[in-house]
Amino acid sequence: MPSLDDLRKRISSVKSTQKITKAMKMVAAAKLRKAQEMAEKGRPYSDKMDLIIQNLSKAINDPSNAPKLLVGTGEDKTHLCVVMTADRGLCGGFNTNICKLAKKYFDEAIKSSKNLKIITVGTKGLDQLKRDYGQYIIKRINLKDKKKLSFLDAEEIGKQIVELFRNKEFDKCFIFYNKFKNVISQIPQQQQVIPAKVENKNKKNEEASSYEFEPEEDEILDDLLPKNISTQIFKAFLENSASEQGSRMTAMDNATRNAGDLVDKLTINYNRSRQAAITKELIEIISGAESL
Amino acid sequence: MEKNFNLEIISPESILLSEKVNSVTIPSFEGEMTILADHIPLITFLRPGITKVEGSKQSQFFVEEGTVEFSNNTLIILSSTITSLESIKNQNINKIIEESKSKLTQDNLSDKAKYIVSHKIDTLLKINQ
Repeated sequence: MPSLDDLRKRISSVKSTQKITKAMKMVAAAKLRKAQEMAEKGRPYSDKMDLIIQNLSKAINDPSNAPKLLVGTGEDKTHLCVVMTADRGLCGGFNTNICKLAKKYFDEAIKSSKNLKIITVGTKGLDQLKRDYGQYIIKRINLKDKKKLSFLDAEEIGKQIVELFRNKEFDKCFIFYNKFKNVISQIPQQQQVIPAKVENKNKKNEEASSYEFEPEEDEILDDLLPKNISTQIFKAFLENSASEQGSRMTAMDNATRNAGDLVDKLTINYNRSRQAAITKELIEIISGAESL
Repeated sequence: MEKNFNLEIISPESILLSEKVNSVTIPSFEGEMTILADHIPLITFLRPGITKVEGSKQSQFFVEEGTVEFSNNTLIILSSTITSLESIKNQNINKIIEESKSKLTQDNLSDKAKYIVSHKIDTLLKINQ
């Protein structure tokens, strides 16, 4: 049975933890609002980009001459996986969920004897992956010092990926990130960026072919596809940061509630012990008086 | 009355402009072009230059690169580097010009990159006048 003093100390320590988690929750809520806004504002750009690429790819009749970024190298040997996680912890299952999905995919790829290359973005994912898959990690990108992610950061990563592709370092590229559904649920996603996935909608085919291209389709695609990769990565950034804040908010909300429960329990314990001590003292006094 | 069409200028961070306009002049990669309503469907991309928008009010934007699509009387300009002319005037243009010039002297530059950088310098010099 802990002494009264011990209990008092524990209560105050849990209370101060609660204060911290509460503050973190508030901060996450404020940041979440901003991140959500950014994610929403970024959506039209990537949507329109998709649309243009779809229209363009319809116009290409001869797939063998099409840019490799669009149709792939025709091989399926080396897979490049970009795993995007947060730089900070204390956000529930956010980082673990991405890593779990990524690890599952890695194991499958290794089993079917494909070459695996990994780029990690964010330190938390690196921490989780480097033990089992350290040999496959070819690049570690750290954005810890960046206060706000801009499109330029995404472009930088995109360029690196495109360069690796041009050097024939891989055949397919996937990105792993968390898609922000709502505050309590974020869905880890695996998305293929190279070769670009184009949905085949045949119904508007005739209209699309009447486009005028200036310069030629191939040249436009050459310019556009690397941009599209940057855009996809930027989108993943935005979704990820909204997810991170949402996840942290829920996690901290739970932590605050748990701390509250703990304080209640400890307080009851404390009061009982105090009562017991008083009763004991009274009994001692009375029995002492009686014996006189 | 002049016919107008929808213009949307979108950057990765936000929608910069979405309104009805009469004409838009864009620095397309192969030369400047002006787009009016009922233009045929078009996809092209941009080199550094100035985009002029004429509608209920006039506005000008500096772009470094971008993608343009026109269809169904809607012009979409996607660019990650688009800024309005007023805001770029507040920046240090001379410094950007110097940086670009030093880039131009690099040996390993491809013809296409040279073309783009020289256009960037020209445009900035024009703004600076």
